[in-house]
Amino acid sequence: MNSGAARLSLWLLLTPFLLWIVLLVLVPHLQMLRVSFQVRESWDTLAWGLEQYQNFFTESYYWRTFVRTGVMSLFTTFLTLLIAFPIAWYIARLARGRARGLLFLACLIPFWASELVRTYGWMILLRESGLFSSWLQALGWADGPVEMLYNDVAVIIGLVYNGLLFMVVPLVTTLDGMDENLVEAGYDLGGNHATVLREVVVPWAMPGIVSGCIVVFMLTLGSYLTPILMGGKDSAWFTQQIFTQFITRFNWEQGAALGVLLLVLSSIIVWLGLRLTGQSLRKVMG
Amino acid sequence: MGSRTARTSALLGSTFLAAVTFSGSLSAQELRLITWGGYAPDDVVAQFEEETGIDVKVTLSNNEDMISKLRATGGAGFDLAQPSQDRIVGVQRQFNIYKPIDFSRINTDQLQPSMVKATQDSTGLDGKYYGVPSVWGTSGLIVHSSVADTVTDYTDLCDPAVAGKVSYRLKRPTLIGFAFAMGMDPFAAYNDRDEYESILAKVEDKLIDCKSNVKTYWTGGDQLLALLRTGEVTAAMAWDAGGWKLNAENPEIRFVAPDSGALGWIDTFAIPRRSENEDAAYQWINFVMQPEIAARITNASGNFTASKGADEFVRTELRDAYRASFSDQAINNIKWYPPVPPGLETLEGQVLDRVQAAN
Repeated sequence: MNSGAARLSLWLLLTPFLLWIVLLVLVPHLQMLRVSFQVRESWDTLAWGLEQYQNFFTESYYWRTFVRTGVMSLFTTFLTLLIAFPIAWYIARLARGRARGLLFLACLIPFWASELVRTYGWMILLRESGLFSSWLQALGWADGPVEMLYNDVAVIIGLVYNGLLFMVVPLVTTLDGMDENLVEAGYDLGGNHATVLREVVVPWAMPGIVSGCIVVFMLTLGSYLTPILMGGKDSAWFTQQIFTQFITRFNWEQGAALGVLLLVLSSIIVWLGLRLTGQSLRKVMG
Repeated sequence: MGSRTARTSALLGSTFLAAVTFSGSLSAQELRLITWGGYAPDDVVAQFEEETGIDVKVTLSNNEDMISKLRATGGAGFDLAQPSQDRIVGVQRQFNIYKPIDFSRINTDQLQPSMVKATQDSTGLDGKYYGVPSVWGTSGLIVHSSVADTVTDYTDLCDPAVAGKVSYRLKRPTLIGFAFAMGMDPFAAYNDRDEYESILAKVEDKLIDCKSNVKTYWTGGDQLLALLRTGEVTAAMAWDAGGWKLNAENPEIRFVAPDSGALGWIDTFAIPRRSENEDAAYQWINFVMQPEIAARITNASGNFTASKGADEFVRTELRDAYRASFSDQAINNIKWYPPVPPGLETLEGQVLDRVQAAN
């Protein structure tokens, strides 16, 4: 009776999780995989083939966008790490008491608004008739309106801003647990700032760095609004092509194939990242 | 034992309660309408609900989104849709998402006969008709007076004089507009795939060349209006209603019919194949096409109506703006979209993707 109840409660607890995984993750992905191998003719016929995957390799704009998205996402992740590390160091090691809570809050507050609102915020700042442009003119540093929106730099600014919190949090968590004595010992043994950072701090923070990088990379690779709104005419982003195929062209088959390819790409890059840094997924996410 | 019975009955009780609430919500009639922004203004919806007791749920959408949503469900989820007349037959043949219109249930007396005829011609398939005309308008150019002399046709958007001050959409109307402006007739080539492909190839080169002139490709009406309002863009390819809206705020901005002709569209009513409340759908169609109601929708959205006799209820400013944009000759020169044959949109899609990815 008792073990029966225990088993029942275990199943009840597991049910939401299982429903989530099976209905919202597994089934749609399998369905997408299936659709990606269908060849499109008419609503009452069905044929199978690799046409959509062939299209990806023969039409250069697909894989060019694919590579561009991957490279820009990696660069964004790296930049986010560079910016987030000092912030996390300050919050975890130097700030005390109330200041620490406030600083954390300052990182968090932008995320109370949605991604759309944050992106529009940046657009108001960067556009030709925007705040930065008018400041530059008021200070006499620019003769006319300056357009800072609709280019790759704007896209990266937006993406870094969106990813920052997800890098800061795991870094603060790992840096927080580091023993002060380790750093001191490093200096005592004759290390300078660079060697202590390289030999002591970074290895200690590695799980936080890798998990932050994975989250930021995934968010960036899969983001849709920021590249579209801030990038303008040259802002080809792979998620945009998937959206276009599904919604604008009714070409679910091509969209599904591109979706599968994006999933494969992101999995490979994460796997490579884990291998190169010698981390395991369990350690990083645990 | 006692507590178990209590729990069971509580469970039964709440299930019963849920069942009652659920069936309660089903008994009220509902019309699920998928349409464009501005086609179902709040006050019109409220009046309809009051007169008929039918609850109206409005979902805002556009042509592609409507087709995608209906395709995903095989024509379920909505009771009435409003696709453009040229996007019905091809889609119907490919995805089978609409059911034929029963014209005996439609009060055709209050519709403009020529428009009913045109819509029937372009939405007919196997002897049945799939569309009733509702709202019509054109796309052309919105220009600021400072560049009005330079930009008189779509291809003038590539003029160096307006470099960096131009916006258009990366969608099929742009391809069609540019083709006409380059002296070709894409509509005549609709059924000749090779010919159409060669037209698209020329338009593609032109659009890639023109890319350096473009500030950004607009994707939503509000975004475009913001670009024009702030003066960041001085010439754009866009819908007439947007141009007249801006004209009311700033007389320097005007909608003009391009030399090669504005592109005319008619949005229709079409009934999804698995509509659950056809009755309410027909009631809605007959309700909103009454001249006075139709004029209210026109006043709110700026688009014209297929309703007969609505003209006298339309705001005079709107009529003036229309006359300022269209001379008689410009009206005769409007290029009305014929139905898109299946397969063409795939070709166009590839061209648009290549333009988007080009440097």
